[in-house]
Amino acid sequence: MSMKFLSTTAAAALLVTTLPAFAQDVSCPIKVGVLHSLSGTMAISETTLKDTMEMLVDIQNDKGGLLGCELEAVVVDPASDWPLFAEKARELLTVQNVDVIFGSWTSVSRKSALPVLEELNGLMFYPVQYEGEESSKNVFYTGAAPNQQAIPATDYFLEELGVEKFALLGTDYVYPRTTNNILEAYLKDKGIAEEDIFVNYTPFGHSDWSKIVSDVVALGADGKKVGVISTINGDANIGFYKELAAAGISADDIPVVAFSVGEEELSGLDTTNLVGHLAAWNYFQSADTEANEEWVASWKERMGEERVTNDPMEAHYIGFNMWVNAVEDAGTTDVDAVRTAMYGQEFPNLTGGTAVMLPNHHLAKPVLIGEIQEDGQFDIISQTDEVPGDAWTDYLPESAVLKSDWKELGCGMYNTETETCVQIKSNY
Amino acid sequence: MTEVALPRRQPFALRFPSVMVFLAILALFTVGVTILSEGFGIGVISTSFVKTLGKTLCLCLVALAMDLVWGYCGILSLGHMAFFGLGGYAIGMWLMYARTEIIVLESLAAAPLPPTPQEVSDGIATQIFGVVGASEFPPIWAFAHSLPLQLAAVVIVPGLLALVFGWLAFRSRVTGVYLSILTQAMTLALSLHLFQNDSGLRGNNGLSGLQNLPGLSEVPQSIVSMWFFWGSALALALGYILCAWVVSGKFGSVIRAIRDDEARVRFLGYPVETFKLVIFTLTAVIAGIAGALYYPQAGIINPAEIAPIASIYLAVWVAIGGRGRLYGAVIGAAFVSLLSTWFTGGQAPDINLGFYTISWVDWWTVLLGLSFVGVTLFAPKGIGGLVDILIDQKSPNRHGADLGPDQGALREQEADK
Amino acid sequence: MLRFAALISVCLMLAAPSSAQQADAPIQQLIQSQSDLILKSSRRSIGPAIDALANSGLPEAQVVLDKWQTREMWVNEETGLFVYAEEIDRDTLRIFDFADGSEIGVVSDDGFDQIKPNSGIRGLIGTALVQFQLSDPNPETRQRALDAIERGAEESHLAALRASLASETDETILARKKRLERLLTIAYGATNQERIEAIQSFGGDLGVDVRAALNPLLAVRVEAAETLPEADDIGRVLEPGSEVLSRDEAYELLVRADLAKPRISLEDQRNALIENISDGQVAGIQVAMLDSQSARDMAYAALADQGTVTPVATEAEVDERLANHVFYERYIGAPPEVVVAAQLALKSIENKVALNQTFDLSLDALSLASIYFLAAIGLAITFGVMGVINMAHGEFIMMGAYTGYVVQLFIPDYTLSILVAIPLAFAVTFGAGVAMERLVIRWLYHRPLETLLATFGISIALQQIAKNIFGTQARPLTAPGWLDGSLVINDIVSISYIRIAIFVLALLFLALFLFVMNRTRLGLEVRAVTQNPRMAASMGINPDKINMLTFGFGSGIAGIAGVAIGLYAKVTSEMGSDYIVQSFMTVVVGGVGNIWGTLLGATMVGFLQKGIEWFNPSNTLAAQTYMILFIILFIQFRPKGIIALKGRAAEA
Repeated sequence: MSMKFLSTTAAAALLVTTLPAFAQDVSCPIKVGVLHSLSGTMAISETTLKDTMEMLVDIQNDKGGLLGCELEAVVVDPASDWPLFAEKARELLTVQNVDVIFGSWTSVSRKSALPVLEELNGLMFYPVQYEGEESSKNVFYTGAAPNQQAIPATDYFLEELGVEKFALLGTDYVYPRTTNNILEAYLKDKGIAEEDIFVNYTPFGHSDWSKIVSDVVALGADGKKVGVISTINGDANIGFYKELAAAGISADDIPVVAFSVGEEELSGLDTTNLVGHLAAWNYFQSADTEANEEWVASWKERMGEERVTNDPMEAHYIGFNMWVNAVEDAGTTDVDAVRTAMYGQEFPNLTGGTAVMLPNHHLAKPVLIGEIQEDGQFDIISQTDEVPGDAWTDYLPESAVLKSDWKELGCGMYNTETETCVQIKSNY
Repeated sequence: MTEVALPRRQPFALRFPSVMVFLAILALFTVGVTILSEGFGIGVISTSFVKTLGKTLCLCLVALAMDLVWGYCGILSLGHMAFFGLGGYAIGMWLMYARTEIIVLESLAAAPLPPTPQEVSDGIATQIFGVVGASEFPPIWAFAHSLPLQLAAVVIVPGLLALVFGWLAFRSRVTGVYLSILTQAMTLALSLHLFQNDSGLRGNNGLSGLQNLPGLSEVPQSIVSMWFFWGSALALALGYILCAWVVSGKFGSVIRAIRDDEARVRFLGYPVETFKLVIFTLTAVIAGIAGALYYPQAGIINPAEIAPIASIYLAVWVAIGGRGRLYGAVIGAAFVSLLSTWFTGGQAPDINLGFYTISWVDWWTVLLGLSFVGVTLFAPKGIGGLVDILIDQKSPNRHGADLGPDQGALREQEADK
Repeated sequence: MLRFAALISVCLMLAAPSSAQQADAPIQQLIQSQSDLILKSSRRSIGPAIDALANSGLPEAQVVLDKWQTREMWVNEETGLFVYAEEIDRDTLRIFDFADGSEIGVVSDDGFDQIKPNSGIRGLIGTALVQFQLSDPNPETRQRALDAIERGAEESHLAALRASLASETDETILARKKRLERLLTIAYGATNQERIEAIQSFGGDLGVDVRAALNPLLAVRVEAAETLPEADDIGRVLEPGSEVLSRDEAYELLVRADLAKPRISLEDQRNALIENISDGQVAGIQVAMLDSQSARDMAYAALADQGTVTPVATEAEVDERLANHVFYERYIGAPPEVVVAAQLALKSIENKVALNQTFDLSLDALSLASIYFLAAIGLAITFGVMGVINMAHGEFIMMGAYTGYVVQLFIPDYTLSILVAIPLAFAVTFGAGVAMERLVIRWLYHRPLETLLATFGISIALQQIAKNIFGTQARPLTAPGWLDGSLVINDIVSISYIRIAIFVLALLFLALFLFVMNRTRLGLEVRAVTQNPRMAASMGINPDKINMLTFGFGSGIAGIAGVAIGLYAKVTSEMGSDYIVQSFMTVVVGGVGNIWGTLLGATMVGFLQKGIEWFNPSNTLAAQTYMILFIILFIQFRPKGIIALKGRAAEA
């Protein structure tokens, strides 16, 4: 009798202790914050990502949710206004109590949200290719670091196309500046003389390209093969490619590889004259795998036949699914537990192969180089094995000594020379 | 010696009851927010909303400056947000420098050799400028290490720019819409300049992480946000008193006269240019101070903040609030910016029309734009006009002349129609 | 059901043909022997495979290279045999055998991989194909061979090219061949005499290819010695610390040539000091004292004296070494006589190049000016003539551009659609302008500052509405085919047809404006109303109607400008705000109320911007900043603009 009583109470006690524990860690519904601009200049790119997130959440809910809870997307609009990213991030974390945030496009918007994320120990997935030189404890970078996009593309120029003279054209902001700095150092490393590197920065939305294009043509005057590495952002590409086409520059004479031009940007122009120019990404819609076909089909079904998919969308796809798996592994949405469960998470890429989350909060992903085709899609002509993302580039002396390892060292900015952690928080 | 000749003046407070009313409301509001805040009170108002309120107070202050220069002096400046931004940059430089210095010194303290001054400075520069691909301090950061000097810069830099620009513009008698366009061009040039990485202020990235006060990293943001809220409220109160004092005396009469008929004032022998210059510079300084309080709450400043559109919004706040009266500017700034926050925050419920759903995130800007048109057409006195109705104040008979600034206002005949 | 049938038929087809291919034909054997390299498809390693094919002497080799280059070569995943194929649709191929060119059959592409040579490999294949193609009966093939030579010349091409000259019948190809022959002679000619003659034959030629051939001849290597050697191939003497040779580089050169002691970087110095810390001291100096550079230098010197580290050069030693050596350039690209000839030829070319570049820049500036003018001309009417500040002017430009986009959705023919779009854009923006004038602006004629605010409100509302309707993505507005490409005067001076079209359009508008204002009744009435509305009204003119029409006219022109700007740049909801401030500047700088002033203003702004860009080619943003600063200063000194109205008109 007493034994039975004891065991019942024990079982009841167990029940009582486990159930609330479960309920404490996961309060239904699980909230997924979406911090993408829906108005202002960046809405062009970011609205697509908001739609992607809503689609991913719906797909997951159709699969039965997560940890027995429904997922709910909490969408806010930071309106391309950088200070608002900090404010909205704070609101998502403290007022809406979201469990994770997917958001930001530009580096400055990420840097704006960073202090808030670190202060409140939030968790954000950042889906866009960026300039590196950062590794925050509270951010997972699912886009490409420079060594996953810029460096392989430059290698392709050097080795496959035999380019000897480089024009680095970019929009004047942090991503092109840092990327071009890294590339300049890299090219000098590879024996390209300083006078064979031409750098030019233009404002956002620049439209008068004739002089710059003729400057690039004039570079060929010393008999070396010229190639253009373009970090031109957004709308400005339209004018640039139109001028390029008008000047009759074929990809065989002066190839252009772009890091910010994807399917979405090409849908704004007629590509017949651009066939053969290149872009480097971790994903192209034309990737020939089953997973991708399914993904493209469900996107088109939801958004319309003329819509295209692009690289940051894939980054969110991978990031979201990894987060879902990590939450399942951890059995909770608690940020620290999920973060620990994230390391080593694997998820199949849409382009084939497997993405792995590294302890420096970056992904290992393959690098693809595609040639522009007449229909605005890319023909994939080169695909590498998975390249591990490097938070701190090896080609700039100040950051060559730094590394990030949150798993073992618990530090995002670790100086390997002095063997000290420079700082736990990020430099914003 | 002329003391006797003058009629006995009433005390300032009695002549301007609106100032006292305003200060009382502001004090009540500040106390109320403190009680409801997370940091010092019962936690009804979240920290992020305290920040929003604190920022709104700063916007009210700059709107006050705008009202002084436009509503009272008739200069429609489309450049005051540039002064606001400059103030933010000035304080932001110190905040970034000092915070980074602490980090660098800590990390270098662990090194086997004590750091040389050059190493410290290089370390700070790499941390601050590494993100824009540089590792050296540009010359304009020469004073960034010193709080007093940068605080002085908050006042001096906008003031000096306004002084030089105003001197050039007023001297050559650029007035009316031309002056507006010129000030807009100045703002555009400044923001384009700051957009360049070469400007030395981190280009498009601007200065970030400003909410973290150097050396006070242990103090939670819920407390820091209240400090800034109080600071902003105090600044607004002082600013209000200053503006009320400026417009009250003989000086105020002259600037209003300049607004109504510049040529006549000049013929009466007043140095019109000097009066305008003083007002223009003074308001630029107020804007700079407002900016210096605003950006540590916003956390980041970058050139987009200075873009011409920001200054136009400022004018619109003042117009909606009701220009030519100080409380109008405050009401306008508070009302429109808070409403904006509400609508763009996605909290406003969507309206379902059956065939189409109006989502406010998409349509709020349209509504805002059309409401400017509505206010200019139908309610030139703005929200402040409601006060007139409330206290049943009649407009003075001005014999058909303009009711507002510099051929810029409703004429009496039109108003009577 | 249909799909099933297709599947069966594909399977049947797949089964049938594979046996028909001649696996042991010599050409297939040859490809198989290179199969690894071909499949690896990397420019670095592909050389032997291409050479093997090109030098095989097999008649089919040309076909293989040709199909490979045009991406028509496929490999059977199972058998590893190579075929070439035509794509019938996305999933089916018609495949052919390389051995005899016979069709093997129609198959599904599932079992086949396309070989996709990148453009680097395609170039190499092209180079290898030259020998087959130079005398090909098809002129297009011969042209392709010449393209390949231009892109990647080899020494062997010279002989082949010379051999093919005699049989060439086509005049233009012959001319191209002759020119290429001379260019190749410059690079690969057997004798100096031959090369010099070829160089001299290009006197003053502006082609980029000529400079590309000459410049490598002038390649130099910087060397250092204690005294300047006497030799023909010595070029300039360089001064250390000059722009071409910095002191650091010069010293580095000496160190590499073992002519001087190395210097040490601050980082290496620090590391060396850290390595030698013992008991909290370095060479007898307390570690805590090492917080200044001079202290560290001293410690290092002390260590060097002890012999624990290698001694390094002090500043004084560096100075002394640099002073003791001369630095000079040695020509390594060609023998001295050829270098002299190349220098002479380049010098004469360079003067012409500079002249042509200036001309090209002027064309660019003119083009930019015409764009500004086009954007500003509507404003010249509404602001200049009527004095209405219309901040929504930019949005009228945007409306015009979107009209063009919508028209292209319905009319796929680009020429026709542009012809429709222009009047339609005018109509749409004319309507919008009239509506705005009637509803808003006419109440505000006495209050210009409030017009500014109200129209600004309309501007942001219109922008957002455009976003809600068309989305935020840039929309394509494609120019008709005959506007593609550019007018090429020579390799330096060229201008795209679309810019010429915009220029012509701007001139047309100028003419239209002048005609309407000076030659029509409307123009007369507009001028009357602007100068004195009451007097005009008493003469029987209806000022309301005139104001409405004038405003509509100005807005309509903005709409057409929008189509033109959309063609050359982009169509987005924010395109208007890119032009609004500049447009106001153009009008104000030029002088309000005078179309010639606007023209001058646009010209000045355009030339100024290009001029500043030329001074600072790597930063276009700076050019815009300085331009605005200049305009602000300009207005200070000429507040009424370039052409100031005088007298009564100025007060109106």
